[in-house]
Amino acid sequence: MLISYREALNQAMREEMRRNSRIFLIGEEVGYYQGAFKVSKGFVEEFGPQRVVDTPITEAGFTGLAIGAAMAGLHPIVELMTMNFGIVALDQSVNNAAKIRYMSGGQLSVPLVIRGPGSAAHQLGAQHSQSLEAWFCHVPGLKVIAPATPHDAKGLLKSAIRDKNPIIFIEAQLLYGTKGDVGDGEYTIPIGVAEVKRVGHDVTIVAYSKMLLLALEAADQLSREGIEVEVIDPRTLKPMDLPTIVASVKKTGRLVIVEEGWRFCGLGAQVAESVYTAAFDYLDAPIQRVTGEDVPMPYSRPLEDAAIPDKPRVIDAVKTVCGRR
Amino acid sequence: MMPRMDRSDGLFLYRQMLLIRRFEEKSAEMYALAKIAGFLHLYIGEEAIAVGTIAALRSDDYVISAYRDHGHCLARGSDPGHVMAEMFGKTTGLCHGKGGSMHLVDAPRRFMGGYAIVGGHIPLATGLAFATKYQALDLVTVCFFGEGAIPSGQAHEALNLAALWKLPVIFVCENNRYGMGTPAERAIALYADVAETARSYGITAERVDGMDVLAVRDVMRKVVAQVRAGQGPLFIEAMTYRFMGHSMSDPAHGHYRTKEEVEEYRKRDPLLLLKQTILSSNLGTEADFTQLEREVGEVMTTAVKFADESPFPAPSELYNEVLAE
Repeated sequence: MLISYREALNQAMREEMRRNSRIFLIGEEVGYYQGAFKVSKGFVEEFGPQRVVDTPITEAGFTGLAIGAAMAGLHPIVELMTMNFGIVALDQSVNNAAKIRYMSGGQLSVPLVIRGPGSAAHQLGAQHSQSLEAWFCHVPGLKVIAPATPHDAKGLLKSAIRDKNPIIFIEAQLLYGTKGDVGDGEYTIPIGVAEVKRVGHDVTIVAYSKMLLLALEAADQLSREGIEVEVIDPRTLKPMDLPTIVASVKKTGRLVIVEEGWRFCGLGAQVAESVYTAAFDYLDAPIQRVTGEDVPMPYSRPLEDAAIPDKPRVIDAVKTVCGRR
Repeated sequence: MMPRMDRSDGLFLYRQMLLIRRFEEKSAEMYALAKIAGFLHLYIGEEAIAVGTIAALRSDDYVISAYRDHGHCLARGSDPGHVMAEMFGKTTGLCHGKGGSMHLVDAPRRFMGGYAIVGGHIPLATGLAFATKYQALDLVTVCFFGEGAIPSGQAHEALNLAALWKLPVIFVCENNRYGMGTPAERAIALYADVAETARSYGITAERVDGMDVLAVRDVMRKVVAQVRAGQGPLFIEAMTYRFMGHSMSDPAHGHYRTKEEVEEYRKRDPLLLLKQTILSSNLGTEADFTQLEREVGEVMTTAVKFADESPFPAPSELYNEVLAE
């Protein structure tokens, strides 16, 4: 079945909410408005306003409320209209959700999914275009998932909803309309398992979320130029499936990491450190990173384009590690 | 309202307050001996609020608190030995030594924790209440916090959500007049009547003498019945005073308040007030109080011995309980 990323998320939540009455969806405009990005279309009609809870614009308040509800045995799905607004609720996700299990010596759990769109769309300005996954990955006690395809989005969101831990589930606004096959039956995808999205033997690219699509496009073009790229999507950013990445690097001897987030202290720095530690002797060239530029996102289109990784930069990085520049 | 109390009832309330008082004094002693480290915020002077409030609850109601939490935990019935062991950082502590003084949790007693980001646990309380309402349970949630939390944004967001959704939560503001070293009149615009903050959200609020355990229990009995009956949230401002410094790092008086002021408030020591009432009502004799002192002294001796003799957690415990399996 060919459906959009948006519909895949909708199906995942709908199937899980039908299975378990303790699951509820809460956030701004999730109910009668049908979701700011229409991810929860039809939900309030099917599940009613008690389980599809429209909130005022109060991210810290309703994220904290969801955490408290999770502590009392419910399983909330918090929709952030964008992950940028998650910064307002960071005290709740970092100081409470991530730590309550540990601080309580395992007495309490916070089964909770916080989901919403991250990264840039088109010209939304500095406050609505951020890729904040590295922030969340830094915090012990959180799991972080950022799927790129409708199939992965559906399977991983279902797993996230069934997990007993607080999970940050980062979508990408520009992916909502992309289409992909999700098959016909019900399925889940395990958290923490990467997927080789394209097999190759010359160089490995690690890319996730929207950047995966960029990596695959670059790989197509490079193939025509005689470079066969292996593309790996970690899908789960924390815990990350490093063995799959390391195995690929041992095969290809070269690694490029593509991420939309800022370069300094970005996720790619961690992937590089892990690969250097595990496979230094297998590397034929220094690892290359293609990242967002270290600036607040500008509004003007040419400037915005300059701030975000694009295909030429990915191709350039691959050629650099291959010594073909 | 005339306080209702019989002999066993009066002596029970006194014993609860005495236990907290002696526990806190012993904690200070253990801190001086470096058995307890980190931050230690004593509840001495404020015992009537925890004891009077919790005496009006059912054992399955939820209680949540801030970082001055020993009194609430003990009033909920937690074993003083396990609480002391937690503060010693021992593996037999309530939270296996992972929480400490500010993060006590006793889930079986529905004590859902102490939290140390001012205002940050108030949304959690609305979530506990949301969960009970969602499941159509007739439970109430009590949320303790100091008046220092009143100006915080998260307190306001929680008050708004609680009122908006008529959540069965009782906000208990322990107004001890100082947020650390800053008096309320230098921190809160409505310092003369902080309950007005709740009223501005349409929440019924009243003030009670927080040094009078019977007055606290009376008002709480009334309020708990109203909230349990589904009338939505309520707010109680309990006027109190801490006899000690904010934490162990500051003296009881000095830069921000005078010795005379502290002595004046000590005349209304909640233990003293209840003892006088019991004696003047002929519900007990000096011998009863001597007996209670002896009993509580033995409890504390046992508790400290238990904490002292318990093992520290093994370093191999470090990664346990970060995530739920």
